[in-house]
Amino acid sequence: MTLSRREALGLGAGGMLAGLLAGRARGLAAAGDTLTIAYNVNLPSFDPTVGPSAVNPTIQAIYRSVFDQFIGQKPDLSFEPGLLTAWDWNADRTKIWMDVRQGVTWHDGSPFGPEDIVWSLQRAGKKETGNPIQFTWSTIGNFKVDGNRVTADVLQFDPTIFKWMAFLTGYVLPKAYYEKVGPQGFEKKPVGTGPFMVDAYEGNAFLRLKANPNYWGGKPAFETVVFKFIPDATSRVAEIESGSSDVTLEIPYEEFDRLKLKSGLAGVATPISDIGMIFVNSDGPMQDKNVRLGAHHAIDKQAIVTRLLRGYGVPIDTLEAPEYLAFDPSIKVGYDPDKAKALLAASGYSPDKPIRFTIQTTRGYKPKDYEMIQAIVGMWRKVGIDAQIEVYEIAKHFELRMGHKLAPAAFYNWGNAIADPTTSTGFAMFGPSPHSSWKTPDVDAKIGPLWGEKDEQKRIAGWKAVDRYVAEEGYVIPLLQYVQPIVYKTSLKVTPNKSGALQPTLVAKA
Amino acid sequence: MLAAIVLRRSLMTIVTLFGVAIVVFLLLRVAPGDPIAMMISPGAGPDDVAALRARYGLDAPPLIQFWIWLHGILMGDFGTSISLRLDVLSLLAERLPATLELSGLALALGVFLGGAIAVIATLLRRSFVAGLIDAVNGLLLAVPDFVWALAFVLVLGVLIPVLPLSGRIDPALETTFVTRFYLVENLVSGRLALAGDILRHMAMPSLALALPLAAVIARILKEALAEAMQQDYVLLARVKGFSELRLVLGEALRNAVGPTLALTGVQFTFLIGGTVIVERIFSYPGIGNMAIDAVINRDLPLIQGLVLVFGLMFLVVNLVIDLAVVALNPKLRHG
Repeated sequence: MTLSRREALGLGAGGMLAGLLAGRARGLAAAGDTLTIAYNVNLPSFDPTVGPSAVNPTIQAIYRSVFDQFIGQKPDLSFEPGLLTAWDWNADRTKIWMDVRQGVTWHDGSPFGPEDIVWSLQRAGKKETGNPIQFTWSTIGNFKVDGNRVTADVLQFDPTIFKWMAFLTGYVLPKAYYEKVGPQGFEKKPVGTGPFMVDAYEGNAFLRLKANPNYWGGKPAFETVVFKFIPDATSRVAEIESGSSDVTLEIPYEEFDRLKLKSGLAGVATPISDIGMIFVNSDGPMQDKNVRLGAHHAIDKQAIVTRLLRGYGVPIDTLEAPEYLAFDPSIKVGYDPDKAKALLAASGYSPDKPIRFTIQTTRGYKPKDYEMIQAIVGMWRKVGIDAQIEVYEIAKHFELRMGHKLAPAAFYNWGNAIADPTTSTGFAMFGPSPHSSWKTPDVDAKIGPLWGEKDEQKRIAGWKAVDRYVAEEGYVIPLLQYVQPIVYKTSLKVTPNKSGALQPTLVAKA
Repeated sequence: MLAAIVLRRSLMTIVTLFGVAIVVFLLLRVAPGDPIAMMISPGAGPDDVAALRARYGLDAPPLIQFWIWLHGILMGDFGTSISLRLDVLSLLAERLPATLELSGLALALGVFLGGAIAVIATLLRRSFVAGLIDAVNGLLLAVPDFVWALAFVLVLGVLIPVLPLSGRIDPALETTFVTRFYLVENLVSGRLALAGDILRHMAMPSLALALPLAAVIARILKEALAEAMQQDYVLLARVKGFSELRLVLGEALRNAVGPTLALTGVQFTFLIGGTVIVERIFSYPGIGNMAIDAVINRDLPLIQGLVLVFGLMFLVVNLVIDLAVVALNPKLRHG
């Protein structure tokens, strides 16, 4: 039988079309044993200890799937044993000791041991490694191993050292394997001790993980986990709505309210350790205390949360969210537009004769960020502040902040998964920190002694006093604690994580 | 003659790429955003910032930085990505095939659809359908590629979920590839089920990219066909009794395609530029998607490499189109 050219082309096209519409080729993993997460960020790098991705809070859910931290953290932000089963300082806080978990293996089958703990900590403390939190890791040194106990000298007391072991860059990497394959080899084939092993990775597309059958914390609920990297919120909504993914997060609140009512879907929205705030610059018009406090009292935070964020948010008056260690509910800077007007009038400003300055904000980086600032500018206009909005990219914000060149007011968010005041109030308000915008000696004098305070009660009380002082002086304008929306199929059960990390181990079959 | 054109254009390509390198290097140094500022720790002091700048080669004067980078490129070293911590050249080699396949499929779809619309419009030029075709084509012209992408997400991904919304291949499939040209490799090796899955993932993004191109091709080709149909050779063929279809496809088309081909080349470069947004919407792992993250993270080495690759693609596409036009039109072969 011979085919004409036309017939051959038609058969070929028909075959392709049939293949196209035939549905996907059957995967080897049974659908019920696979959890697919439509995730909101890409994974730039597999090394959780160096580079910009290591300090990205959003990626920690992936890192915690593949690697273990020195110390674990529960969804309520409390700490639990990780690869360390016990830890503490000695009596005079000149040494630390850490007991290493036994019976753990790396994903490649090699045994995990104290030498991996020591190597990971030493590596983290070296400047040349490029660990962004090197300044903390370098406060301990002279490690010694005795059986399963590791001890080290406290070179400089840092009361948060153990908390950092559950936080950014606090991961244990395999010494022997890493030294054998090097950084680029590790990127291509990462090995950890975590509940999941890397099975396949397509940059900007997906990461497929397989359950670690030998995981010390017990075999995970799902044999396979797929993180689909979908930075576009509209596409994430489409993924969950079409059933292509089983769970997603960080979608617009309007979509969350709509989707959680759909048959087959459920939703949970939980306050997380991330806050929205307005940095106040210590140079320029904000040097006037009346202006600072007037600006703060003029903002109706509850209205912003209710009307712009559909109720998904918790108004705050300090940089400590309610779950944080140094949260003091008695510190209030209430919404009082009359007081705001009076304060501004005392400095000669009024709605007819307003003070003028710029407020910077991102647009679309955080939920309704630009809209919030628009609302705030409107509230300010009524009391005597005429603010011009300048929209910039987040990269520009970091650059300006590092150079202490932010506008008099600048919107930003601040995450703090260990809930310790040093990592919120401390880094945001301490003058020498490249991340602060308010730089005056009075605040530095109050904060300085707290970095190395050994009495924990005194330390927390000190931070509360700093927060009260900062609020009374108006050195920063906290706005709200963010709420993280998660939508998932009703065949699942999701335990929200207050750190915001949607870890696969917190998802179970309903 | 063609060899002389290739040689001349190749030399011009090198010069043009050098110009692109200078422009992108300067623009990145002037544009706001400092990659070091995005990664410094809260406890960092001026010394730490200086050390980070030195680590990433950002501490030298711009002229020295440019020379180091240029020298590296000539030696095949495009530097290391700040955010991805991998060799830039290998990253580009890894992701470029995805974009090439997507663009290629979009080009094929665009040419096919545009050609079909033009031919049908020419055949039906005396009927009321011609107006309808013009209206549809106008709609295709007016709607940009990313809007088509979002529309497809809604219609074909959510309302009538027949096609996958993201990625290049089903993540559940356990597969191995020899090359990064997944579609071509599977077609050649006969793994048609896998090729079908890849095509399903490419369907929406490639169609979103193809439709605006198809609209432009349809409009230009329709006008060229209309002009060609008035020529004496077509009249002669008509007198000889050729069917209308044969007149259009066999006689008029070969003479009308020249100008369309040249314009297709220009439009294809716009299509390649459109891959940035479309790949992002569909989480398609090509260089367009990677470019967005590179810009967000101010990953200077990666951005520079990406711009050079895009520039090279534009120049190669235009060279190929120019050669094709010369090949088709003997009048152009002698200067």
